[in-house]
Amino acid sequence: MAKLTINNMPVEVEEGTTILQAAKKIDINIPTLCYMQNFEPIGACRVCLVEVEGMRDPVASCSTPAAEGMKVHTNSRSARDARKMVVELLLSEHQGDCQLCDRNEDCELQRLARDLGIKLIRYEGEKSRRIVDESTPALVRDSAKCIGCRRCVTACNLVQGIGSLFPQGRGFKTYIGPAFGNPLNSVTCVQCGQCAAICPVGAISEKDQIDDVWRALDDPSKFVIVQTAPAIRAALGECFDYKPGTIVTGKMVTALRKIGFDAVFDTNFTADLTIIEEGTELLSRLKKALVDKDKNVALPMFTSCSPGWINYAEAFFPDILPNISTCKSPQQMFGAVAKTYYAEKIGRKPEDIVVVSVMPCTAKKYEAQRPEMNSSGYQDVDIVLTTRELGRMIRQAGLDFDQLEDGAMDSPLGISSGAADIFGNTGGVMEAALRTVYEIVTGQDFPFPKLHVTPIAGLEGVKEASVKIETTVPEWAFLKGVEVKVAVAHGLSNAKKLIEKIKAGEASYHFIEVMCCPGGCIGGGGQPRQTNDEVRNARISALYREDEGKKLRKSHQNPDIKKLYDEFLKTPLGEKSHQLLHTHYHAKKKV
Amino acid sequence: MKDGKCTCACNENVSESELFERLDKVLLEYQDKPGGLIPILQYAQAIFGFLPENVLKYVSTKLNKSYSEVAGVVSFYSFFSTHPRGKYLIRVCLGTACYVRGGKEILDAVKKELKIEVGETTPDRLFSLEIGRCFGACGLAPVLLINENVHRRAKPSKIAEILGAYKGGTGDEQ
Repeated sequence: MAKLTINNMPVEVEEGTTILQAAKKIDINIPTLCYMQNFEPIGACRVCLVEVEGMRDPVASCSTPAAEGMKVHTNSRSARDARKMVVELLLSEHQGDCQLCDRNEDCELQRLARDLGIKLIRYEGEKSRRIVDESTPALVRDSAKCIGCRRCVTACNLVQGIGSLFPQGRGFKTYIGPAFGNPLNSVTCVQCGQCAAICPVGAISEKDQIDDVWRALDDPSKFVIVQTAPAIRAALGECFDYKPGTIVTGKMVTALRKIGFDAVFDTNFTADLTIIEEGTELLSRLKKALVDKDKNVALPMFTSCSPGWINYAEAFFPDILPNISTCKSPQQMFGAVAKTYYAEKIGRKPEDIVVVSVMPCTAKKYEAQRPEMNSSGYQDVDIVLTTRELGRMIRQAGLDFDQLEDGAMDSPLGISSGAADIFGNTGGVMEAALRTVYEIVTGQDFPFPKLHVTPIAGLEGVKEASVKIETTVPEWAFLKGVEVKVAVAHGLSNAKKLIEKIKAGEASYHFIEVMCCPGGCIGGGGQPRQTNDEVRNARISALYREDEGKKLRKSHQNPDIKKLYDEFLKTPLGEKSHQLLHTHYHAKKKV
Repeated sequence: MKDGKCTCACNENVSESELFERLDKVLLEYQDKPGGLIPILQYAQAIFGFLPENVLKYVSTKLNKSYSEVAGVVSFYSFFSTHPRGKYLIRVCLGTACYVRGGKEILDAVKKELKIEVGETTPDRLFSLEIGRCFGACGLAPVLLINENVHRRAKPSKIAEILGAYKGGTGDEQ
């Protein structure tokens, strides 16, 4: 233990604790920019400088260990001046067209300048070089706004293990981006947007498609419908300064209706549908393996809801593509069902229907424009907005979010179970699947307290659980006595660890859920900034509350799903399902 | 390599696949060593004369590193070049001592004589021009290096003569 004082207040911390962490312990806030929770500090930005008595120069508190007897001042003249100078230097390079930037009023650099009371930038000189990269469907990068903090590099290399972004060159000309400053589509990028979610300034953002939505809404010949992913309701409030973890489903529905959508639906509906299709697929794979003794059955089966994960598997683990469920993601299933089943119901042609989706995810923008995603003959999903874009759109529409009454989703694609709500968090898809598969196989109630499979909940990177099948209905008798083993990973580095463990024969499972982003979709690349573990936990508990508050909590009990099969699809994994709800994957070369 | 022999291909006629075989030997020696990337890139540059894209992508695949990371290292060090270099690489020192003793004028004279800028190669592929940051010969400033030859106390007026000798094939004897 080390005893020290910070601003004359005594604090005792364990060896190896940094000054920044020690200060936090006694509620002293030191501003930071490059610092990232859960990762080794890199000390790149120097914004967290503090004064330590006896040291000649201010030190970076994020990377200086607190030591016995240290006297730290975070708010002395010299500490404040040092930080101010650092931020002034950052501002002198930064091409800040703040009023035109989508980070206006949501920018950490702007906030720092305000908090430090900067009124004048004393330094003049060269500005950062501007390269605007719009080469991918999901992301836009503007190097002129980049302040070189390297948070995106950490997100891309360490959180996700992709490595599309890396510092290029040296000194003032250092450019954070793909190899040799080439566009992002020249290297492997899964489009997860974790770089955009962590960027403190407007250097990396989602590709804004709000105008495309307004254009569709303005076109009288179009019937424009919207679907919202489970994770949106737990985060959209943050765009309007609500506390993380505030559920705003009702206000969101009203806002969408007031914006002018012809029908407001729920991706949750097709999350329930996914459970039926994917659950049936799992059971049929198990049957082929256990009863037919088919050696070519690919097990374990992986979930397929997360487009960043699909992009990752296609490039990094093409050999496991047969193991990934052929189910389209709920977003894509929704588009396919909307332009066929629903189109028929309302007597519209698929080409007149515009499907807009609101997703916590940037990779969904990529997924929507995959050429194979056009089951009705037209693109399943036309436009994808992130949670942040919806927040901006609500402002553009002049709506006072706080004053909106609660609305309810339209029918028939708006009814969903609580199992669908938890699709938005790590472990949720697996839990939802287990609730349904268990009941189909055993004919008995799912035996977990509050229906939660706690071993696979929470922010641990890789989680596992098993469910013993004690009794079965006659159809699934072959599963009697089988211990169904499942695993859950979130964040692609964790997914990699899990896959490598399986490949090395150190673990074996029947079913695996992978979500690309840490925490699952609630921590997606399109969610309000900034997402840290406290925010992730708050959003996750919000979804569990939403789930627990529903009477309908199991996908197979959703009456509108039953109706969809009776009236249209007929049977899970049937011909229509295959045509509309399933897809295939392509191995890609990793760069 | 181990015996100190240069594997540079500039004077021999060898196929690309043979060059890759040489690179494979380097990779075998270094790919599992921590910090192996930089020596691998140094040898790769010696083998191929420069670091072409396909070589860098090959190295990144073999080392299980992203192409962006490998490119980040290559673009950080001025020693590495992603463009073919001339037979003679001229490096004019602009370190402190050389700079104050007229290194900049030497550089200008070379540029004028060869009609190329820093980072470029003459159309006849004879000369490439780079700047250096101290070769540890400050007492001899200003210095320029042409391949391994150190030209000390250089004068702008002598540049044409020095380069002329290389053009005539007797440069190495200077």
